[in-house]
Amino acid sequence: MEGLSVVQANLKVYVDPSQSKNLSSAIFRELSALLFKYDDAFDGVLLAYNVHAPENKGRILPGVHPFIAVRLEAKLLVFSPKPDMLLEGKVVKVTEESIHVIVLGFSSAIITDEAIRNEFKYKTKHGQGLYVNRSNRRHLIKAGTMIRFVVKSMNEETLHIYGSLMPANTGSVKILEKFSEHTNTESVTINSTPKKRRSKEKYEVAQITEHGNHYDPSQNHYDPSQNHYDREIKKSRRS
Amino acid sequence: MQTSTKALSGAVADIDDLHHEKLLKAIFNLSLWNFGPDVIDALLELIVSLAASNGKHVDSCLDMLVSNFTPPNKVLDMLKQPRGLEKKERVLPRVHAALKNISELVPMAASRLSSIVLEQMPWKSKRNVDQWSMKRQLIYVENMFKLESGAIREFVGANMLKDVMNVLRDLDVAIGWDDILHDDSSKGVFMIELEDENYADGDEDADADGKLPSTLSEKSLSKNLTAELLDSLMVQTFEHLESSVSNKRLSEVFDTLLSSFKDTVLNTYKSKFTQFVMFYACALDPEHCGTEFASELIDMFVGGHNPLTSRMSAVAYLASFLARGKFLPPAFVASYLGRLVDWCWQYCVMHDGDMNPKLHQVFYSGCQAMMYILCFRMRLMVEIPLLKSQLFCMPIDKIFKHKLDPLKVCLPSIVEEFLKQAKAARLFTSSKTFVFEDLLVSNLSRDFGGLERLDMFFPFDPCLLKNADRSFIRPNYVYWKYVRTTYHEDIDDDDEEDGSDGEVEGAAEFDDDMEEVIISRSYGDNDLEMDEFDYAMNKMSITPRNNSSAGLRMPSRIRPSMSPESL
Repeated sequence: MEGLSVVQANLKVYVDPSQSKNLSSAIFRELSALLFKYDDAFDGVLLAYNVHAPENKGRILPGVHPFIAVRLEAKLLVFSPKPDMLLEGKVVKVTEESIHVIVLGFSSAIITDEAIRNEFKYKTKHGQGLYVNRSNRRHLIKAGTMIRFVVKSMNEETLHIYGSLMPANTGSVKILEKFSEHTNTESVTINSTPKKRRSKEKYEVAQITEHGNHYDPSQNHYDPSQNHYDREIKKSRRS
Repeated sequence: MQTSTKALSGAVADIDDLHHEKLLKAIFNLSLWNFGPDVIDALLELIVSLAASNGKHVDSCLDMLVSNFTPPNKVLDMLKQPRGLEKKERVLPRVHAALKNISELVPMAASRLSSIVLEQMPWKSKRNVDQWSMKRQLIYVENMFKLESGAIREFVGANMLKDVMNVLRDLDVAIGWDDILHDDSSKGVFMIELEDENYADGDEDADADGKLPSTLSEKSLSKNLTAELLDSLMVQTFEHLESSVSNKRLSEVFDTLLSSFKDTVLNTYKSKFTQFVMFYACALDPEHCGTEFASELIDMFVGGHNPLTSRMSAVAYLASFLARGKFLPPAFVASYLGRLVDWCWQYCVMHDGDMNPKLHQVFYSGCQAMMYILCFRMRLMVEIPLLKSQLFCMPIDKIFKHKLDPLKVCLPSIVEEFLKQAKAARLFTSSKTFVFEDLLVSNLSRDFGGLERLDMFFPFDPCLLKNADRSFIRPNYVYWKYVRTTYHEDIDDDDEEDGSDGEVEGAAEFDDDMEEVIISRSYGDNDLEMDEFDYAMNKMSITPRNNSSAGLRMPSRIRPSMSPESL
């Protein structure tokens, strides 16, 4: 599956002084707050991180609410689908007008009937909707099927993907894999793949890039309006 | 309507949020309570399709569904009637099913739902409660509990519980304690049972008026709509806890409650009743929840890294919990008392200084907690040989004879009662003479209590919310009036023979029939009818009589009983 990449990032994390006794957990909490959200700095959605031994010290930034700036290096798994990329996901609902897919368990995708090639015909069987390939009756797309589709666009705010089943190399992953002789694109199968595929499961890296990435304090990580920061600041004032 | 809605469902992908703004607005403003089941199904299908087709509609769809948690006013009025109930059964399950469907199709929607539910809460803090907002709030919270225990509880359950606790706390704090309380700090004595002269004379008129002369009563609270709403919400919460027991989910629910308690209620010193949610949860499962609660409190107290006020608050909660929890076995109480005593003794060993209320606040709060627990439980512990020997092995006398002199600093009313009982039990006799002159507080206790007056913080004092107390708290609660003290031995020996001593202390065991044990611990052979009990309850003041002095926040005082224990 395309769209996944591992990036090496140099980060600067700003920690509230009240958390200075336990920097690691403060850093992890801060990074965890970024998970499953689109971030402009990474140009994608952060899915996972691996922090390399954060320094146990940091500079105290002066100001009304001084923070401790901790530098660290991290490996980040980023999901950034772009138009014309091939993605895979699990079908959760099929109607005559659309196919609804969940990608990587968190991102919802929709493929409208206009973006489904004429090869597929909508049918109803046992009260369930499904699409059947006219030239291959075994090529079915129904709830629970893993499908491969092309990205048309993505709404970064809502992580909503609009997909297409127009290209010939899209459809049920199981059928495509069975009948393809060569795979040029590196693929990843996640969610209910057969066990023999698990060795390919973790992403085969598309690219590793070096990023000299710094957190800009104006980014939304230490928003003082967030409750827990207010609480931490209040506690530190009290004590 | 149904046909057009179904047609729209088929074309959701073509609905644009800008060009079809008015259409969308019309859809999202519909109230499902006005329609029959077929139309509701069609509408909900449209809403789910809209949410799944375009991420921009997700928030609006969730808003629309959450807004249907509360019906229009005309339906709100008849919710308790069969017609209203029928409508409720028609709409709400479908709304929750639609929320579940949206979560399945749009996984990230669940993370948005919690904040939307919070935003649409009918009652917000700092607002007055009226009859309409009360009814809306009740049904809204009912829906929050449905979300907490429903199909998407994994994503929103914890937040629902925390938000409910926050509402309870906000309502609690909004009840002006000083408005309904008449306090007399000059008459500080250790009292729970108020010996009101008028009542001793059988002043029927006072009772007929519905108010007690200068005393706190449930009746004064019953005129308060905020208190009424809080009472109803507490009952709803207790019922939800009971259903969690049936669904075997209580430990999961309790974890969230405990986290919320530590974050919000523990350090809210104006909280009078919200904490009884924890009390009742522990009553439902003393072995696990009770242990977890007590352990968390003692750990917080002994943890030197915790803020000072949190530690003092935690030990006040622990003391009040161990004293009042009828469902807690004496061995349980003894074990936590032992930990508390050990900590206090270690503190004495490490600090060789003289008495200093402000410097050793935590220590004095620990000592006061020890005495408070023993005021309630000493007799029970002394009657069990194993616990008696444990108690007598604790370095209690060393602590109280130390240079830090806690007997001088702690609340005089508690010290007086403790000394009296300790002497009778031969546990400890002070070499000094203390003349308290019936004082509740002293300057020294005020010093150690600090600005928050944690010297007078007894969080599990009797709950004054009528319905919450009567049906849920009362059977699990230790009232001071019924506590057997060590100096009442002679009278109680006679009573024991009769079996009518009115003993209500928790000599419960952690056995399978906890409920039976709790119920069986009633009021002896002279069980009162509920109304008579209420009358007796109204006599039990947890507050002093006359005008309040500034700054007092907690109502409780306890006095030695002036009359025989028996009814």
